[in-house]
Amino acid sequence: MTDFAATPALAAPRRTMVRSEGLFAWMLIAPALIFIGFIVAWPLAETIRLSFTDARLGGENYIGTANYAKLFSDPKFYDTVGRTFYWMFLSVSLKLIMGLIGATLLNAAVPGKALFRILVMPPWVIPIAIGVIGWKWLYNGYFGLISGLLQEFGLVQDRIALLATKTSAFYSAVVTDVWVGTPMVTLFFLAAMQGVSRDLYEAAWVDGAGRWYRFRRITIPQIMPVIVSMALLSAIWTFNSFEIIWILTEGGPRGATTTLIIDTYKVAISSQRFGEGAARAVVIVALLAIFSLAYLFFLNRVNRHYGVK
Amino acid sequence: MLMDRLSILQKIGIYAALFVFLLFVLLPFIEMFRVSLRPLDHLMTADFTWWSDDFSFQAYRDMWVTVPMLGRYILNSIFIATTVTTMTMICVVPAAYAYARLEFPFKSMSLGAFLAVNMFTGAVLLIPLYRVLRSMGLLNTYWAMIIPGVAFLIPTGIWLLRSYLEKIPKELEEAAFVDGASRLYTLRRVVLPLAVPGLIVVATAVFIGAYAQQFLFAIAFNNRTELQPLPAGLYEFIGYQDVTWNEMMAAALTGVLPVMLFFLFLQKYLVAGLTAGAIKE
Repeated sequence: MTDFAATPALAAPRRTMVRSEGLFAWMLIAPALIFIGFIVAWPLAETIRLSFTDARLGGENYIGTANYAKLFSDPKFYDTVGRTFYWMFLSVSLKLIMGLIGATLLNAAVPGKALFRILVMPPWVIPIAIGVIGWKWLYNGYFGLISGLLQEFGLVQDRIALLATKTSAFYSAVVTDVWVGTPMVTLFFLAAMQGVSRDLYEAAWVDGAGRWYRFRRITIPQIMPVIVSMALLSAIWTFNSFEIIWILTEGGPRGATTTLIIDTYKVAISSQRFGEGAARAVVIVALLAIFSLAYLFFLNRVNRHYGVK
Repeated sequence: MLMDRLSILQKIGIYAALFVFLLFVLLPFIEMFRVSLRPLDHLMTADFTWWSDDFSFQAYRDMWVTVPMLGRYILNSIFIATTVTTMTMICVVPAAYAYARLEFPFKSMSLGAFLAVNMFTGAVLLIPLYRVLRSMGLLNTYWAMIIPGVAFLIPTGIWLLRSYLEKIPKELEEAAFVDGASRLYTLRRVVLPLAVPGLIVVATAVFIGAYAQQFLFAIAFNNRTELQPLPAGLYEFIGYQDVTWNEMMAAALTGVLPVMLFFLFLQKYLVAGLTAGAIKE
């Protein structure tokens, strides 16, 4: 091999092949790239530009960093940021826990598991907006199932309209968000669990390891890469989760469910203050970028600490 | 196998836990079905009742009259999702192959940039997106709902398919090269046939994404009723006088039925395919 490579006549075409490989690769990527360029990259650049203007329906003027100054001096904005992160951490943790429990149950060797796997899927495969309409009715104090059952069993005296008070509206929205996200997490975890080699379990079993031990010491470490990437993806999606909150509460009551994305939509679309809305959009992107980088950085540290490459 | 054997008590425990888990997952559907069976005036005047003797399927007949274009909305939803899936796959397959197999400048940087697209949702970029679509003359057409959908699904598609393609043995392609096949020929005749299970999984995942997230782009970029997908079309049950909730629920359940049945058949491939491809050590 080395002899041939050393021969100039044979080495030269190989170099051009590498160069053409690069060109070929970029040709393959081009369609995807053009799409993203038009629909994501350019609008993103435009958003950044708009955030320095007072754009409304009528027109726009450059106003420097005034939008940001206004935003950062508003105490309500910090409440919204805090609420958004709390929303994200709570909802993602619950989705991961539910997903892990669900996947473990669906992975158990019991009759009927094929049917159960199908029954988990509906919230994932139907339009989000439709599932949320169902939840909106469930939460209704007059006719809804939740309030109805609680009264039936005498757990509450009066009707409870879950979306009408601040605290209950927030946690109700979390429950719905968890409901939408759980099936996908469950199925990804289930798929990962089925990918774990049987030999590992058998070796542990022969050594007398119990079920819980096998779960903790084999299943969890083996599917860790999937948990880790699911956690990040899920965090980003939850941070930007729009339809669920919008259909349930439109950010109310009194701002209790207003996350950054809802706030952005309200300012930009409902009140048509495009410039101020754009500034909020830029903040969202910046916060998510910082969060993702921090997450990956810590992950790297943890991995290195445990000697994983 | 002996290792997997469960005692009766353990089985009861698992079934009980599964029951609770599935109850949570299916609760809104149970509620929607219950609402769809009751006459509207009883629904709104009476307090909650668990069971009622006025249950009927009347709403499933009336909904087609209240919203005459309901059938069109159901088909619009499927049409939009199918077109988004096709266009996304056309972009994703070559790109995923490039990331799985080829070495080229800025490879990891551009892949990272693709994945970063996940950080932007339509809601963040709504205003400039509106302007882009307007300048291309696409507002109030199917394309206004299709094109943004494609762009936001490409990154996930590439990410899923790339790890699947990486698992196909390189030797097969090298054998084809030795026989003098071109790269494009190899991709078409060697790699893609082997990747069919992975392609099904990724296309399914993309379809789900396209079908599940039709609401925002539809209400923002389209105001022609005859083009609306189901989630936006359901809002027509909210009339000037009152909301025909029972018919709305009936229409929602009927509308998602075709897609649910479709997934019933794909379910087996989906879980198996996720195992084989999407999951990377």
